[in-house]
Amino acid sequence: MSTENLKKTPLNEVHRALGGKMVDFGGWDMPVQYTAGVIAEHMATREKAGLFDVSHMGEIWVEGEGAIAFVNRITTNDVTKLVDGQAHYSALTNEHGGVVDDLLVYRFDEGKLLLVVNASTTDKDWDWITSRVLDEAITLINASADYCQIAVQGPKALEIAQKFTDVNLPEIKYYHFTVDKFDGVDAIISRTGYTGEDGFEIYADKDEAVRLWNDLMEAGAEFGILPAGLAARNTLRLESAMSLYGNELGDDISPLEANLGWICKLNKGEFVGREAMARLKEEGLKKKLVGFEMVDKGIARDHFDVYIGDEKVGYVTSGSPAPYLKKNIGLAFVPTEFAKTGQEITIDVRGKKLAAVIVPTPFYKREK
Amino acid sequence: MSNNIPENLRYSKDHEWVKVDEDVATIGITDYAQHSLGDVVYVDLPRVGDTFATHEAFGSVESVKAVSEIFTPVAGEVTEVNDALNDTPEDVNNDSYGAAWMLKIKMDNPNEADSLLSAEEYEEYLNASA
Repeated sequence: MSTENLKKTPLNEVHRALGGKMVDFGGWDMPVQYTAGVIAEHMATREKAGLFDVSHMGEIWVEGEGAIAFVNRITTNDVTKLVDGQAHYSALTNEHGGVVDDLLVYRFDEGKLLLVVNASTTDKDWDWITSRVLDEAITLINASADYCQIAVQGPKALEIAQKFTDVNLPEIKYYHFTVDKFDGVDAIISRTGYTGEDGFEIYADKDEAVRLWNDLMEAGAEFGILPAGLAARNTLRLESAMSLYGNELGDDISPLEANLGWICKLNKGEFVGREAMARLKEEGLKKKLVGFEMVDKGIARDHFDVYIGDEKVGYVTSGSPAPYLKKNIGLAFVPTEFAKTGQEITIDVRGKKLAAVIVPTPFYKREK
Repeated sequence: MSNNIPENLRYSKDHEWVKVDEDVATIGITDYAQHSLGDVVYVDLPRVGDTFATHEAFGSVESVKAVSEIFTPVAGEVTEVNDALNDTPEDVNNDSYGAAWMLKIKMDNPNEADSLLSAEEYEEYLNASA
């Protein structure tokens, strides 16, 4: 299979050497799983540690006096509330209040922010962000090609990462970060992740990727670390009910509908889409994102129709087996009046109507 | 990779195996198929009494990521279904020719399996498509 037109992270050869089954993910040649398989990779991350190549994500610097005001004007969360060394989850919204992308906003200092965006939307986001600049005193830099990003996640992640830095990692709170030496090189060490487990995401110069990866694998060997691919990444985030852009979020989906009201600070001041969102909130949401689990034997998949009685009322945004919970689960949009725990629904699974029930989310929450 | 392809079975190009016992065909999917699928989490099988034409889809095998239909290599009526796969779908990965037999069909034409591939022919077929 020709991968000529696909983008590759610095770890591409490493993935292949580890037996990675490579697929096209948003134009990137990425491992969907390795030889151990998705279930083993998922369980390793929940019980020991998993190592993820997330170098395909995008990194955009916003620097200058106007940085905070600018980012605050184009995202839903309140950037003015961040302190140095803190990050938050947010959304870039369009004028209709739909989601252009979900992202993390990192505050380095009052004149320096880093936006970390999805791999498949990096170019779209860059065009969007640059087009929103008015007269702010800022510089925008698309540094996506310069960075590698490796995530080590799981109960043993901290112990493994601690071997590589003098930073006292337990002191870095969740959604906080520091810039320091990691395995001998400058890195952003961030206590964030997309798995529902404790862990760190390490950003470094792309030329360090292979060495960092191999060193982390070696250090993690005594704990049972496994390299984990995109399939495990998806089942892990789904069990934790985290949204995936393109599934739960899109240009025509409001963050309010997708259970992301908590990152929408409508009272912080003007931002793109604020008016549309305020109006939607006032009128009342027509649909809401809910979690469900299958009752009948079978697996609901993305895009399947959701019924209540004979009426088609919504659709599955993400559906999959949940390896840790040993159930088949999913997220779906349903009309607000049905969006409650215990509501019975049926899902059209390739022609068969199978019973499911709405359950609270997240489906899985790690013990603190 | 080296495939496990038992000599005494017949094979289809869709990676099903058939064990013939007079006019009853026992059917499952091959080692190659289970390896391509990855961890199997669910097997959807028909009911006893259902009838199928040659190459008709009789069910599906699901991995975490994907759904794969299974096609019957021979026409006939289902006489037995392996319900154990409801509880241990991973048998498809661990014992694809033994515990993971999927169903038994009473063949309309007891000789139909002769037109399927031999173990040697299936191995050639796999090597050619690699």
